[in-house]
Amino acid sequence: MKDSLASKTKIIGLILAILILVIMPPFYTSYWITLFTQMLIYGILAMSLDILLGYTGLSSFGHAGFFGASGYVVAVLATRYKMGFLSCFVSGIAVTTVISMIFGLLVAHATGVYFLIITLALGMTLWGLAFRWVTMTGGDNGISGIPRPDMGLPISLKDPLTFYYFILIFFLICLILMVIYVRSPFGHSLKGVRESESRMRVLGYHTWLHKYLSYVSSAAFAGVAGTLWAYFDGFISPYNMDLTASIEIILMVILGGPGTLIGPALGAGIIVFLKNFISAYTQRWLLIVGTIYILTILYAPQGLMNLLKDWLKGGRKKTEAEEVL
Amino acid sequence: MKIGEQRKTETRGIEEREEDQRPMSSIGLNDPSVRCEVVEQKTAVPCLVLENLSKDFGGLRAVDKINLKIEPGERRVLMGPNGAGKTTLFNLVSGVYPSSAGRILYFEKDVTGLPSYRRAALGIARTYQITNLFPNLTVSDNILMACQALVRTKFVMFRPLSSYHRLMDQCNNLLKEFGLWEKRNELVKNLSHGDQRQIEVSLALAEKPRLLLLDEPAAGLSSAETHALTLLLKKLDPSITILLIEHDMDVAFEFAERITVLYQGKFLAEGTKEEIKNNSTVQEIYLGSE
Amino acid sequence: MSEFLLVQTLNGLSFGALLFLLASGLSLIYGVMKIVNIAHGSYFMLGAYVGLSVILRTKSFMLGAFAGGLVVGVVGMIMERGFLRKFPLKALPQMMITLGFALVFRDLALLIWGGDPYTLPSPEFLRGSTHIYQVVFPVYRLFVIGVAALVAIALWLFNDKTLVGAKLRAAVDDHEMASGVGLNVPLISGCMFGLGAFLAAFGGVMGGPIFGVYPGLDFELLSLAFVVVIVGGRGSLKGSAVGSILVGLVDNFGKALVPELSYFTLFAPMAIIVAFKPTGLFGRE
Repeated sequence: MKDSLASKTKIIGLILAILILVIMPPFYTSYWITLFTQMLIYGILAMSLDILLGYTGLSSFGHAGFFGASGYVVAVLATRYKMGFLSCFVSGIAVTTVISMIFGLLVAHATGVYFLIITLALGMTLWGLAFRWVTMTGGDNGISGIPRPDMGLPISLKDPLTFYYFILIFFLICLILMVIYVRSPFGHSLKGVRESESRMRVLGYHTWLHKYLSYVSSAAFAGVAGTLWAYFDGFISPYNMDLTASIEIILMVILGGPGTLIGPALGAGIIVFLKNFISAYTQRWLLIVGTIYILTILYAPQGLMNLLKDWLKGGRKKTEAEEVL
Repeated sequence: MKIGEQRKTETRGIEEREEDQRPMSSIGLNDPSVRCEVVEQKTAVPCLVLENLSKDFGGLRAVDKINLKIEPGERRVLMGPNGAGKTTLFNLVSGVYPSSAGRILYFEKDVTGLPSYRRAALGIARTYQITNLFPNLTVSDNILMACQALVRTKFVMFRPLSSYHRLMDQCNNLLKEFGLWEKRNELVKNLSHGDQRQIEVSLALAEKPRLLLLDEPAAGLSSAETHALTLLLKKLDPSITILLIEHDMDVAFEFAERITVLYQGKFLAEGTKEEIKNNSTVQEIYLGSE
Repeated sequence: MSEFLLVQTLNGLSFGALLFLLASGLSLIYGVMKIVNIAHGSYFMLGAYVGLSVILRTKSFMLGAFAGGLVVGVVGMIMERGFLRKFPLKALPQMMITLGFALVFRDLALLIWGGDPYTLPSPEFLRGSTHIYQVVFPVYRLFVIGVAALVAIALWLFNDKTLVGAKLRAAVDDHEMASGVGLNVPLISGCMFGLGAFLAAFGGVMGGPIFGVYPGLDFELLSLAFVVVIVGGRGSLKGSAVGSILVGLVDNFGKALVPELSYFTLFAPMAIIVAFKPTGLFGRE
């Protein structure tokens, strides 16, 4: 009985998703098309953090640093050196991955609170680079004028709808790759690290290595999101990668439900929507985000997706915040 | 390829291990083919030797110059009142704590400096006194975690775990052996204490260890559950060397071939069941604390 | 050349002094409650803002400093008692809540004081410069170094030499045992949180004449405080002191020598420390 309810919900969810994201867009206004494009890009970013936070149990407070880093690489290469999409895309991801491979060496032995501290500090050093390396990054002003890629298609990517579907393809590819990743044996081991790192070691896992690989893979996907954002917005600035930005991503994951991939993607959608919606009426976005944060931790720490799962299993099981976080 | 032979290649590193080489029977209960290999082993090298092993925590000496020798296939019980250093000793042998002094020899190989995960690959497994499982994962997932721990498959990132039939079969067999099949999709945190203790032991056995460290497996179990546990322990493959910490005197005496008694981190006495039962010093310290 | 060195060293030390006020509070809170207070930088910033308002109204710097400290100290205690206590001993949810508050504080500050940066006026008698070995140096910065040193000594004495300090150490080491012996652990936690907040806010006002106060200050300084903790070690007063001095000097020399990479120069000491002594110079556990 419960199983069929769960599968029915999944099917309904899938149908809704296809409807809203694939079939309906040609009928949306350009406001909504660009909004959904943003949601998809941040969806990739939130899912990338979910690998680290939700699946491996490591709270990274510097994730936006990777997002911004790849965005800047694209910005510099595209505006100053006029390089094409493929080169910029690959370079952005490559640079982010290399940075994460270096940072990972400092970070992979840490856990819990200490991991948080180090990743925050590292994230801010990247921000600091964006902010102060004015000759390269334009400093506070950022880099603007990033052109939409010229892919030689009949319809230009400057058209919002075309660009939306372009991004949708990337989103789907990333989603599929990440789903396979978390269901793989390695993905399974990450869950083990989250649940009990000590047991994992005693069972025979070199947990440092698993955490390192999780950190790097998570950064690589964040890099993908960053490159796409640079092309979407045409503009990149330090504000895309400061602590507030990292905090917003964490909220997307926690709100949506850590460890579910779809949850954080949904969380991203909600936060992006709220931010745009609320910013039209008031300046008080941070206040609202902060309050959402506090309320979520107090009343729904396992996130919306897990709430939904529990409800489907019949009966709300109040999981301790600690176990999920 | 039998268990005995497999292990000798272990020292070359876990990379050698392919899942194809593992025998299908999951925990080797009463597997006659295995026993034949065992006879050869018993006349060879001691399984575990501790030489003057010590551990300091700041100013406190938790374990003080312990010497121990355990033969392969032996059933040794470690006894002693609380604070005697038994769990600390387990943590030293399994690699959770680095030792402050002394050596640990495993089948004559000096493992003193090796991290836990390397020792696991060599065949050392342990259970915990305070249940240490993966609470938000299902029973199946818990056991799979142990099944894949020592094979290269654990690093595969782009193929579903469920497609590895050998691992899945190994897991299913373990679930059935331990009577956990019905509960395989339950989250471990929702299971009874007794079931969780079962899973504790099954995780350790999943990796077909040569040395099994059991830390108070009967902790918190009802008498019926304890009885079932004792039966299980007795059916374990005789080639596996077992070191058991157990407070429950009945379980301990039922199971033991030899007993080592620790007191305040130091070695106090060692002998057969009879010798220890009749040892007055041992009686004193136990009467004092029981 | 040596003048440059001297000036930059003094600058670095004064910056380090302010960092110490911030980081020691963070360390205190971490030491007792095992949580990292993400809103700590916000305390510094709020202290500066409150101090600014008080100073503008009363023309008294000292009043501003203590007012800022007290107000924020109370805010801190409310945060701890009203919200953090709901998750006793659960580090991650507590930290997430402090994070939410950090965002709320940032926005409230924007609302109340606006987005423009302000520089706090330093006290009259401390304005101007003085000569040290042929170098001209602002008196106020020397004052800041002095104050921080005093606070450091006071904290050390408190920790090591007083009964209250001993009680605190007991509470830190083992909550259960401490309550068993009759110590009011929640009260101690609350007071420590308040004290940490006070120190941060006090530091904010102290720093006001040098950096000014603006909405991004909270997170910029928080990150620096974290670097101090990474380098100096968690929960250690000595570590906070040494770490603050080191970070202050590295950041300052970085700004002077390679301004474009100055934030990034902090990465080097962090990396070295983490590579060789992951728990920090004086860190335990």
